[in-house]
Amino acid sequence: MLNQYLVLSAILFTIGTAGVFVRRNLITILLSIEIMLNAVNLTFVAFGRALGSADGQIIVFFVMTVAAAEAAVGLAIVITLFRHKESLNPDSFTLLKW
Amino acid sequence: MTETTLFYAFGAVAVVASLLVIAQRNPVYSVLLLIGSFGALSGLYVLLDAPFVAVIQIIVYAGAIMVLFLFVVMLLNAPHEDTEYDEHVHPLLRPGPMRFGAVLAIAFGVELVWALTRHIESGPFAGGAVSSVASIGTLLFTDYAFAFEVTSILILVAMMGAVVLARRD
Repeated sequence: MLNQYLVLSAILFTIGTAGVFVRRNLITILLSIEIMLNAVNLTFVAFGRALGSADGQIIVFFVMTVAAAEAAVGLAIVITLFRHKESLNPDSFTLLKW
Repeated sequence: MTETTLFYAFGAVAVVASLLVIAQRNPVYSVLLLIGSFGALSGLYVLLDAPFVAVIQIIVYAGAIMVLFLFVVMLLNAPHEDTEYDEHVHPLLRPGPMRFGAVLAIAFGVELVWALTRHIESGPFAGGAVSSVASIGTLLFTDYAFAFEVTSILILVAMMGAVVLARRD
């Protein structure tokens, strides 16, 4: 059963990665990052179940905390960027590019 | 048997919802579909004997983080992605080469699946799952007490950072 969970997790992680590449919208890119974090969480819980240990679930707890912090700061940055450029397209934020 | 059926049902819902998340141009639909995907993942956590994770997946992820996303999407009132590309956009940033990135991501996924399925025997899970919330709480406040306290500082810093960044100057 572990294999199936790992493959599902890999599929979800790939969907998240593809989302970062394909979408041109900062909010959808942040959502894709959430998909990737959830794929990794599934791996942790599946391995914790296979090894009979609670450590996997505890790491998931910490990953969720980091995801919450990342979402809060990331969305604050998105709001500030939108205020400056009136756009959510990442190609329009080139101030730090040489 | 029932467990396998449920696994495939929840897995299919999670994959289809995630695919639709990145196929939508309207971020409001993306957020709502992602909530569905997280609900399916929560069902998978129940199948894995992890009720604590399943519940905080719903409460924290679907309840708090996704509502925060939805709130920002509606606040910004810019739901649709720009589809037209200017002439002065760098050639590597046009839609064609961007699709190449998606192809790379799929190659990465195939590689992951290949590596993950090679050496692990895939029988049913052994017994002895640690699933009670009490045991997780005990572990969290003994072995992981330091990390748990640092987490509170992380949340505090993130909160202050969000307030400072989003404030109107």
